[in-house]
Amino acid sequence: MDVINALVALTNYVLIPATAYGAQLALGALGVTLVYSILRFSNFAHGDTMAFGTGIVILFTWLFQSWGISLGPLPTALLALPFGIIVTAALLLGTDRVVYKFYRKVRAAPVILVMVSVGVMFVMNALTRFLIGVDQITFDDGERFVISARQWRDMTGLSEPLTLRSTQVITIVTALLVMVALFWFLNRTRTGKSMRAFSDNEDLALLSGINPDRVVTVTWIITGALATIAGTLYGLDKSFKAFTYFQLLLPIFAAAIVGGIGSPVGAILGGFVISFSEVGLTYAWKKVATYLIPHWEPDGLVQLLSTDYKFAVSFTILILVLIFKPTGLLKGKIV
Amino acid sequence: MSGTHQPGQSSTLRGPICFAILAALLVIEGLTSGWNSTLGILNMGLLSAIMALGVNMQWGYAGLFNAGAMGFLALGGLAPVLISTAPTPGAFRAGGPGLITAFAVAVIAVLLAVQAYRRTSGKLRGLLVALILIVGFFAFRWVFDPAVTAVEAINPSAAGNLGGLGWPTLISWPVGALLAAGAAWLVGKTALGLRSDYLAIATLGIAEIIVAVLKNEQWLDRGVLNVNGIPRPWPVPYEIDLQNSASFVAKAQSWGMDPTLASTLTVKLAFLALFVVVILLLIWGTELALKSPWGRMMRAIRDNEVSAAAMGKNVTRRHLQIFVLGSAVIGLAGAMMISLDGQMTPASYNPLRYTFLILVMVIVGGSGSNWGSVLGGILVWYLWVKAGDWGPDIMGWAASPFADGPLKDHLLNSAAHMRMLVMGIILLVVLRFSPRGLMPEK
Repeated sequence: MDVINALVALTNYVLIPATAYGAQLALGALGVTLVYSILRFSNFAHGDTMAFGTGIVILFTWLFQSWGISLGPLPTALLALPFGIIVTAALLLGTDRVVYKFYRKVRAAPVILVMVSVGVMFVMNALTRFLIGVDQITFDDGERFVISARQWRDMTGLSEPLTLRSTQVITIVTALLVMVALFWFLNRTRTGKSMRAFSDNEDLALLSGINPDRVVTVTWIITGALATIAGTLYGLDKSFKAFTYFQLLLPIFAAAIVGGIGSPVGAILGGFVISFSEVGLTYAWKKVATYLIPHWEPDGLVQLLSTDYKFAVSFTILILVLIFKPTGLLKGKIV
Repeated sequence: MSGTHQPGQSSTLRGPICFAILAALLVIEGLTSGWNSTLGILNMGLLSAIMALGVNMQWGYAGLFNAGAMGFLALGGLAPVLISTAPTPGAFRAGGPGLITAFAVAVIAVLLAVQAYRRTSGKLRGLLVALILIVGFFAFRWVFDPAVTAVEAINPSAAGNLGGLGWPTLISWPVGALLAAGAAWLVGKTALGLRSDYLAIATLGIAEIIVAVLKNEQWLDRGVLNVNGIPRPWPVPYEIDLQNSASFVAKAQSWGMDPTLASTLTVKLAFLALFVVVILLLIWGTELALKSPWGRMMRAIRDNEVSAAAMGKNVTRRHLQIFVLGSAVIGLAGAMMISLDGQMTPASYNPLRYTFLILVMVIVGGSGSNWGSVLGGILVWYLWVKAGDWGPDIMGWAASPFADGPLKDHLLNSAAHMRMLVMGIILLVVLRFSPRGLMPEK
C-alpha cells in the first residue's frame, strides 16, 4: 500500500507537473530552435514574444468573457488563442520587415543579430507592459479539475491525494497536437521541406530556386504561433506575469541547446530533460521517502535544492552539455 | 562591432562637442531641478560609465556578448558587505568553521570528480564521477546546513549574517573586481570557444543564479532583508558629521548656503572626485593597452578570428582574458555602487536595468571607444532618469483628448513603461543607422 501511495505522490507532485512544464518548455524551445536554424541567431526576444502573445490572448479572453462567450468546461483562452497567434505573427512579420531584414541583406554576424534581438526585446517588453501591465494575471476559467482530490479518494480509497488539473491535460494535449502538426508540416509539405533545405544549406537552397523571403515569412508565422501557444499554456497552468516570461528565456535556451540547437526533436527532448531535472531536484522528497522507507522520519524536507535555485538546474545542465557534448544530445548544428 | 572598422572621416571635434552637449544638459538640470539632483545623476552616470567600460572591453574590443553584466555587478557588490561592514559578534565562531569545512568538502569533491574523470574511462567513469558528486553533495549539505542555521540564529532581526571584516571600504573595491573575475573565469572557461551566442546564454544564466544566491543566502548578506549602513570609502564624509562641525557650518554660511544642502553636496562631490579618479585610471590603462601590441592583436581577432588564428594567435585564450578583465571592471563598478548607496538590496538587481541598459550605453557611445562608453554611460543614464520623469508628462498630454475613464487611466499608468520603449528604439536605431556610435573608435 505504501508503495502505491509513494507512486501516487510521485505522480502528483513530480510526474504530472514536470510533464506539463516540459511541454511548455518544449514549445518555447521549438520556437527558438526554428529561428536559430532558419535565421541563424539566438533570439533573445523570444521570452517577450511569448509574453506579448499571451497578453493579446488575455485581452481577447476578456473581450469574449464580456460578450458572454465561453467554451463551457474549457478555458475561454483556447478560443482567443487563434486571434493571439494572428496578432503576434503580424507583429513578428512587421519586426522582420523593419528590423531584421536589413541585417540579413548585409549578412551581419550572428552576434550582431543577437544584439538586435535585445533591442527588439526592449520594445516588445514595453509593448506588453503598455498592453497589460506588469501585474500577475490569472485568466484560467472553465472546469478546474479533471480529477479532484475528493474524486480520487472516492475512486480509489487511497489516503494520498492525486489531482489532475484541466490546464495540465490541456497543455499536454495541445502540445502533442502542435508537435504532430509541426512535424507533419516540416516533413510532408513542400514549404516545410524547403525550410529544412534552407536550414541545412542556405546557398544550395537558393540555387535550387527556394524563395528565401517565403521561408523567412513562414518561419516567423510558425514562431509566433509556437510562442503564443507556449506562453498561453504556461499562463493557464501557472499565471501570467511579463517578467516571469523573460526569465523563462534561460530554461528555454537550455532546452534548445541541450537537445541540440537547430534540431526540433532535440528541442522537445531538451524541454523534458530540463523540466524533469528542475522539478525533481527542487521537490521535497520527504513524503515519498516516508512511504518507501518504513520507520524513518526525516528531519528536513529532503529537498535537494530550494525552489529559488531552479534556474541553477537549467544552468548546470547547460554547462555540462557545453563541456561534454557541445552539439547537444541529438546532434544539432554548431556554426 | 559592425564587421568593418575602417577609420571614419568623423571630425576630431565630435567627441568634445558631444561632451559639451552632455555638460549643458547637466547644467540645465542643475538650474531647473537643483544641483543635488544633477550630482545624483552624474554620480550614478559615472558608475554606469565604469560598467560600460567593462562591457565595452568585452563587446567593443573583442565582440563578446555578455548578457549577464548584472550578475558580475551584484557579485562585486558583495565585496563591501564582506570586507567593510563590521563583523557580527559570535557569528564566525558559531558557523565559520562549518562553512569553511563545507566549502572545502565541495572543492575536494569537484577535484576528485575531475581526477576520476581523467583517470578512468567507459561505464566506470560515469558511475564513479556521479557517485563522487552525489556523496560530495550530501556531505556538503550535512556540514553546511547546521552552520547556516547557527549563523542565522544570531540576532536575526538586525544581523543573522556573518558580517564583514571591518576593513576600509576602498579595499573592498578591488576585491569586488576579483570576485567578479573569478566567476567570469569559470563561465568563460566553459562557454568560450564555442558558438558566439553560447557565451550570451551562459552569462544570462550565471547572472540569474548569482542574484538568486544573494537573495536567498541570509548567512552571507541577509538576503532580501538587505544590509544597511555599509561604510563609505575613505575621504567621503558623513552629512551628519559635517552639519555638527562648527567650521563647516561657518564656511557654508560664509558662502551663503544652507548647511544641510552644503553637506549633501559635499558628500556627492567627494564621491564624484573618487569616481573620476577611478575612471581616469581605467581609461589611462585601457588606452595604453589598446595602443600596445596586445590591443592590436585584440582588434585583429575581433575583426577576423580566422585570420588571427592562422597567424598563430590563441583566440579562445585571448577571449577568456578580455572577458575576465571586462567582468572585473564590472565587479569594481558593482562594489563602488554599493559603497555609494550604503546598502545592499539584492532584490533591486534587474537584468533590463543592469545588463541590457549597459549594452545600450556601450553601443550608443560607440563600441570599442572608451570615451564613447563614458559618454554613453552618462548620457543614457540621464535619458533613462529623465524618460521616467517625462513619460507621464508626455502621456498626460497624449491622453488629454480622451474622456476620463478606464482607457485614460490605463494610458496614464503605463507611462512608466515609456523608458523601455525609448531604450529599445534608441538601441535599434543606433545599431541600424550609426553602428559605430556617437564617438566612433579611432
